[in-house]
Formats: sequence, C-alpha cells, structure tokens
Amino acid sequence: MEHKLTCGIEIHQQLDTHKLFCSCESRLSEDGVGSVYRRLRPTTGETGEIDRAALAQFRRNLGYRYQAVPGVSCLVELDEEPPHSADSEALETTLTFSEMMKARTVDEIHFMRKIVVDGSNTSGFQRTALVAMDGSLDVNGKDVSILSICLEEDAARKVEADDAEVTYRLDRLGIPLIEVATGPDMHTPEEVLEVAYRIGTLLRATKRVKRGIGTIREDLNISVPGGARIEIKGVQELRLLPLYVENEMNRQNMLIRIKGILEGRGVKPAEFVCEDVTDLFADCQSKVIQGALSSKGKVLAVRLPGFAGVMNGDEGKLRLGAEMAQRARARGVKGIFHSDELPAYGISGDYVDKLRAHLGMTGENDAFVLCAASAAKAQSALEAAVARANEALIGVPEETRDPLPDGTSKYSRPLPGAARMYPETDVPPIRVTEEHMAEVRENLPELPEETEARLVSTYGINAQQARQLVRQDHADIFERAASVEGMASVAATTFLNTYGELESEGIDITAMSEDSVIGVFTALSEGVFAKEAVPAILREMARTGKDARKAASALGLEAVDEGEAEAVIAKIVSERLDFVRSKGLAAVGPLMGPVMGALRGKLDGKRANDLLVKEINKVL
Amino acid sequence: MSYSDDTVRLLEAAGATEGSMVVLETGGRSYRGRLMPHHEFSGPDIVILKMKSGYNVGIKVDSGSKLKVEESPAEPAHREADVEPKKGLPTISLIGTGGTIASYVDYRTGAVHPALSTSDMVNAVPEIRDIANIRAKVLFSIFSENMGPEHWKGMAECIRDEIASGADAVIIPHGTDTMGYTAAALSFMLQGISKPVVLVGAQRSSDRPSSDASTNLMACARFCTEAKKAGVFVIMHDTSGDDSFAVHLGTRVRKMHTSRRDAFRSINATPVAHIDAKGKIDMLSDARDVSDEPVIARTDMEDGVLLLQYFPGMDPETFRPLIMGSKGVVFAGSGLGHVNSSFVPMLREACAKGVVVAMTSQCLNGRVNMNVYDTGRDLLAAGVVPLLDMLPETAYIKLRWVLANTSSPEEGRTMMATPLAGEMGDRREF
Repeated sequence: MEHKLTCGIEIHQQLDTHKLFCSCESRLSEDGVGSVYRRLRPTTGETGEIDRAALAQFRRNLGYRYQAVPGVSCLVELDEEPPHSADSEALETTLTFSEMMKARTVDEIHFMRKIVVDGSNTSGFQRTALVAMDGSLDVNGKDVSILSICLEEDAARKVEADDAEVTYRLDRLGIPLIEVATGPDMHTPEEVLEVAYRIGTLLRATKRVKRGIGTIREDLNISVPGGARIEIKGVQELRLLPLYVENEMNRQNMLIRIKGILEGRGVKPAEFVCEDVTDLFADCQSKVIQGALSSKGKVLAVRLPGFAGVMNGDEGKLRLGAEMAQRARARGVKGIFHSDELPAYGISGDYVDKLRAHLGMTGENDAFVLCAASAAKAQSALEAAVARANEALIGVPEETRDPLPDGTSKYSRPLPGAARMYPETDVPPIRVTEEHMAEVRENLPELPEETEARLVSTYGINAQQARQLVRQDHADIFERAASVEGMASVAATTFLNTYGELESEGIDITAMSEDSVIGVFTALSEGVFAKEAVPAILREMARTGKDARKAASALGLEAVDEGEAEAVIAKIVSERLDFVRSKGLAAVGPLMGPVMGALRGKLDGKRANDLLVKEINKVL
Repeated sequence: MSYSDDTVRLLEAAGATEGSMVVLETGGRSYRGRLMPHHEFSGPDIVILKMKSGYNVGIKVDSGSKLKVEESPAEPAHREADVEPKKGLPTISLIGTGGTIASYVDYRTGAVHPALSTSDMVNAVPEIRDIANIRAKVLFSIFSENMGPEHWKGMAECIRDEIASGADAVIIPHGTDTMGYTAAALSFMLQGISKPVVLVGAQRSSDRPSSDASTNLMACARFCTEAKKAGVFVIMHDTSGDDSFAVHLGTRVRKMHTSRRDAFRSINATPVAHIDAKGKIDMLSDARDVSDEPVIARTDMEDGVLLLQYFPGMDPETFRPLIMGSKGVVFAGSGLGHVNSSFVPMLREACAKGVVVAMTSQCLNGRVNMNVYDTGRDLLAAGVVPLLDMLPETAYIKLRWVLANTSSPEEGRTMMATPLAGEMGDRREF
C-alpha cells in the first residue's frame, strides 16, 4: 500500500552544559556589545570552482556584524582563537542518548566543518560530528529508525538585517546541540507528533538538556506520492507539527493537481519575454503601482500562456500564484499581480483589458504576471515568478521552507545540495572505547516509562497523570512537590490542569523559579492557605514575583483559624435560620455556596463542609 | 600515530588508497565510505571513512574485518587558467613562501596541505586582477617556524630579480609566526629599495570562508598600486573586523597575539598607513616615494649571533660558553636595559674579545636608557651598545646583517647604533 505521506524528522536539542568548544556559559543574553564587521568568502570547492551564487552574494558586498556578550562569548566565538577540546559533559550526554537510541557509536569521533556562509557562524562553517548511527526507537509499538545522532554547535542569533548587513549576537553560537535524524518512517501527521514527543522525552531523560522555547527545534522532511522532498526547517512549537505536515500535504497535492490540469491543456513552459508596460499604467490608481512609478520604477509584465485559473482558482484551492509571489518576494519586491486575481487592488478591468490586448493574449487560458518596482528588481522578481510557474509543469519543486506561526510555511531557498564538509583539523579525534561505552550503559538514566511507573507507585497518582507529567516535562518538579507531606494529588492537579489554564491566560509559568513553586506546596501543607487558593496564588506570583506566602497575604487568602471560620459559618446559618429549620441537613448543599464564597482559599472545602454540618446540627 | 601493521595489511590487501570508495565489514556491521587519510592522533587500528552524508567517522578494525574496494579514487581536477595581462595596470609579483595564508584543504581526502601554486591564491581573490596584473610564483612552501637566513636570502634575490624584470611591487604571502623576522631581514638586505615589498599573512587559513587572507591580500594590492611608497612593509588586519588594515614598517612590527587577526602591531612607531574597508589609504607616517632605481640586495648574514632574554636567576656561568663563543649577542634586558650585575665582568671580557653585545628591552614598548641606574652604567662601561627603542628581534636580525657587512667589531657597534632602515628612533609620541 502506498502511504499518503512519508515524513522524517530531525530534532535539534540544546544541551545544558558549557559551550561545545570553549568554557563560556551556554545562555542567551540581551546584552550584546560592540560590532565586529566580517565578510565570508565562498571558498573553492572540490573541483577548484567557486560556487557562483555564493560568489555573487559576496560581490554584492553583504557583510556581517557580530555583537559579543560578556561571559557568554569569547575569542573562540569571534573566530579569533582556535576551538578548545569538545566539552566532555556534552559528549557524555550524546553518548548516553545514542545508547538510549540503541544506536551504534563510532569508534572514533571526528568533528567536521560544514560550510555555512549566511553569517550565522563566524567561521563560515558549523562544527559537527557524527557520533552514532543505525538506532531505533519504539513509539507506541512501532519501530522508527534513527539514522544518525550528531553533536554540533548552535549558530549565532540574528538580531537585525538590512540590504547591506546582517547583525548577529554571539550568545547562542557554540551552544552544544544533539541532532537526531529519523528515517522517513512516519505516515500520518499525528505519528510525527508522537515521534517528536517521544524523542523529546528521551532527550530530557538525560537531565542535561535545556528547556523552554527555542531550545528544541525540528526540521520536517515531507513528501506525498508524486510530490517531492520538502524540508520545513526550524519548527519550535512541537504541538504545531501535525498542522505543518497536514498543510504541506495539502500544498503538495494541490501542486500535483495543477500539474495535471496544465498537462491536460498541453501547456508548455512559458518563455520569459518581459514587456515594459509602464506607459499603460501611468494613470493607474493602484497604490503599489503609483508608489513604484513615483520612485522612478517600471511596470513590467510577462505572458503566461495556459496558466489561467491555476494561479488562483477553484475557490482558492489552487494557489500557484502564492508560490510565485513568495519566490518573487525573495528577490526583494513587495509582491506581484497575476491575472487570476485581477481586477482588484486598485487595478480596474480597463487596465486588465488594455494589458491583455497589449500582450496579444488571445488564448482561452492565457494569463499574465506583472510587477511594479525598480526595473532591475522587477525583472529579477518576474524571472523568479515565471520560473516558479514553469516548475508547476514538473509538479512539486524540491525546496526548503520556513514555518510560519499559523501552521503554514513559505519558500525559503532551494534544497541545499550535498553539504560541503571537511575535517575540523583544530579538534583532535576522540576515541570511544568499549570500556567507556560499557560505563555509559551501566549509568543510563531512568527511561520515561520507568519514571511513569515510579510516579504511580510512589505517589499514588494514576497512569494517565504520570504519563502526562513526564510528557509535559513536569515530572521533576512534581516529584519535589509531591514529596511535601500530603501534596501528591494537589501537585498533579496543579501541574496538569492549573498550569495549562494559566498558560492559556497568557501567564508565563517559566517566570517562577522551581523553588518558589515548591514554596506554594510547603505553605499549603502548613495550612497557610487552602488548596483552592493555589491557582490565584500562582497567578499572583507569576505576575508580581512575590513568594507564595506574600502572594496569599496580598490576595487576602490566608487561611482562617477554626474559630474564625465557625463564626463566619454561624453568621451565614443564623441569617438563614428559617430555611435551615425547614430543610434540615438538606440545607448543607445550598448553603455551601455562600460559605465557600466567604471562605474560598482560606479554608479547605471539606473542612468547611464539616463545620457547616456541625453548625446546622446545632440550630436544629 | 600511524596505522598498525595489521591495518596496513588490511588496506594493502584490498588495494585501498586514500579516496577509494570502500565497504568495510567489522564488528558485525557494514560501512560504506571513502577512505580518508589517517589522522596523526587517530588510533593505529582506526580506519577513517567519509560517509555519504559527508561526515568522517573512525571505525576500529581487527583481524576479523573485511575490506573491499568498490571504486578507485577520482583524480582531482586541477585547472590553471591563463590570464591575459590588462594594459595600463601595474604589475605585482606574488611570491609564495607557504604558511597559513597558503594552506589549503583537499576536499577529496580532507588533508590540509600547502597551496600547489600561488596562483591558487590569486584565484581565490579574483577581484585583485581588477587593479593589477599579477605574476605569481612559488618560491618555498614552508611554515614560517622553519624559515631561516637562507630563505631570507632567497626571497631578497627573488624580489631583486622580479623588480629588475619589471614588477612594480612585490607581495610575499608568508607564515605569520616569523613574518616579523623576515620583514626585518628583507629591510636590511634591501635597504633603499625603490618599490614596495609587502609581506602578508593570514591568521585563519585560506580554505575557510572567514579567512583574513583575501582581505589582507586585497589591502596589499591597493597599497602597492595606489600609495606609491617604497620600502619593506607588513600588511595585516588592524582590528578584529574585516574592515580595517594597517601597513607596518618591516623593522617595527611584531606579532603580539597568538591567534587574533590583528596580531601584528607597530611597536614604538606609528604604522605607515591605514586602509579601510573601501580601500581608502590614510598615510600616517613618512615613507619614501617609489622610483626606478635598480635594487641592490646585500644578502649576507653572519652566523653565531644570539638573542637572549634576560630572566631573574639567569646564571652567567651557564651562558659564558655561548656568549664567549659567539660573534654577537642581543639581550632583551629588563626595564630600561638591564641584566644582573653578575654578568658585567663576563660581558666586559666578551666585548674586549670582539663580541658585539647590544641591549634592547623585553618591555618592547619604550626605549632603553642605561644611564639611569648603576647596572646600566656598568654595562655601558663594559662596552654594551644600547639600541634605543629597537625591537629585540629586529636587533638580532640587524646584528647578523651588520656583522656580515662590516670589517671590525668597532664598526659593527657604530652601525648597530645608527638607524639603517627606520628600525630605531629617538622620539615616541604619547
């Protein structure tokens, strides 16, 4: 049976150690200082030739600036000092993880230089080593192959960019990353999520990985039958994975459908004949066109015979035009107009008719694309757009795409060819002996399923709760909280439910330290407030940075003592004496409302119930 | 470490050489990849394969391992395009000597080796041909720590010949470790040279995208074609960035950092010029104008000259045989130019015997002044020559050259104290 989807993932996880090739701390900082200007020159390749595209970029004088960060970057990040030996903790973590993946560790690790000339590495290459291969992973009973496990350095962070320069900050450069690549073994969007969760959980089980947004990034390799390999690079939101996969499947299937339509029409690749139609549009009211003309730009158009209705057609289901526009924008224009979307955007039907006539468009499916910008940019953008239109005749072009926050993706660049790699001669090879690996095997961390079982047996929570705690990365803090006398159940509820609610309110949970959160449970177990007060107290803590006790006091949620509570309840009962006398003990239910209204968070609900029963019995 | 005998046998039996595509079966697994050169630090039983992904991995082999060659290595394509000289452009002669600036990686095998030709280097900076016609030749291919007097001589003669045959300037890519020494040697050998001779290096090798080689070379070419100043110079980065370059006088420059791009500094002198990212040249100190005078190379260098760094606890008796057996000694003394007073009698004896003893400071910055303290005065009385603000390394080179080009120790002492190639001065601005 042919699968409707073939997908493999690559996960990049930052490690919580020192940097890979120096002893700087691995943390991000907002304090970039200085600005060192550098250029990266494409080097000659195996054949002695320089990559022409890279040279063209170099000749455009694109330069890079680097901000150093005190404590977090040194001469190594600035490419002013050779790398030191690879961080041993990062290496141990990678070996441990490789063993957890049942992968075959190489006998000697060789760091390589992978050429990257976008400026994100000061050296012009990323240092990376293949540590293990051929592993496997059980995900819900299915075997997923692990192709490779690499240890590599993270790139610098882009801070800002303009036409001439890109500025990077060096804090992230050199943070160790484990890169795990699976085989193309996933066949549904949900499976992709499951595998990603599973790998993420196993990575965290090493206890040496960084947490939080941006510390784990996923690349997806997606293809559908008749489609092509598309790489979506750098997804940070795990939960969006299925959406990216689904949208990409739809996109590829849409392109395959367009290919069929064009084949059916016998469409041939459009010739690139660029016409200057500026005069035609001299009085056009379109803001885009007026803007371009007022800055001495041109309006250029190209005929696309046979492409009508696929650029935007079938009620928006066919969207080749969007693909063409993305390519055009990559050449520096704001956008293009194509005949499927006109008249619109201030270009009236008259102009469309004039243009059709001018271009000599007679065929039923004749279409056009036009662009208003400086002559050079417009021409370059139209070249890219027409090239993209012609690729529709082949189907799905291989490419790298950037994930967008809404679950779709946009064109980024063509799929890179085989990576140019050569040895990092400054870092000596590292021997991995049998004895060393035996030691690693002896000291493997607890697997997630073992942690789950232990949470169930030690703290009496149910299996579902244990599984969620581990999966959502709350197991460690849960254990600390649950170790406080009598807190297991409320801790589980807090991390599984309350946290989710707070997050959906937009509250940043990570703003609270683990110690301060544990403080909530110690205070609760000492009776400072009632468990009902926990959500409000956490909310207050995240908002103000107060500790649990101060937050409770600020909210007026400190527990009342028994006498005070009795007095409050007695007052409520006495105000409703007739009702109580007529209903007897059946009045407990209705009266719990006002009681909890007065005492929520200050007194445990069960205790309030007991006192109410006692008070009612007294008056009956 | 080299391969063990068993590993060699395994490879030889299969006919595997560097670059061969092989299938290795070992430890119950099979690996396919290209055989890479053995790394100096790799285990004797480790075979390095380049996998399809481009990664190199080290795989252990033993007596049970099997190796099969699937494909012989491909011959690397090597193309050398002839370039027609352009009319109206000056001619720069590029003389390769080796070093980081000329280090290349063989992408097929991954081995780093010296450039096959200096024109490889020109090809990596094609825009240099927009401003000059380049004549390239490889004179040596060695790391600069292996340079010595015979290499300086060879370079000086080559420069003379290149200029005699019409070069308007000479650029010498050189390893950085001893580039300062070579610059000083050429400064004395080619005194009064009528054209620019520029030594240039790289702190990051040319095979890296971030190499400083190409920007340094471009700065050299600009200085050679636009500044029209004669002399022996060193051009390197002036800051960590690729947008600022300094032109140093050959006798005043010193490598002051092990690895930074801006390692080279003019000491006790203002650099000759500064060049910015766009190639604008600011002259910062005086330099001679170019002329058409023929170049004379006086390349003799005396052997038996020492450069000694004074250190507390330095025992005169340990150094007596060396000093008494030498023709000349340069001390990098402490502070204003001192050594332990226990050296005074021996140095008096050496000077009387005809050894030329000269004093510089290990402070590097500032001049020696041996009139301030007793020990200094005693050393002067013993016959030690104070060398003002000359760098110890420059003084050592100068002493070798002076002793080979004078007929008596007395003449030598006088010449040591006389500026010949801008190597010393009596004014240092704040």
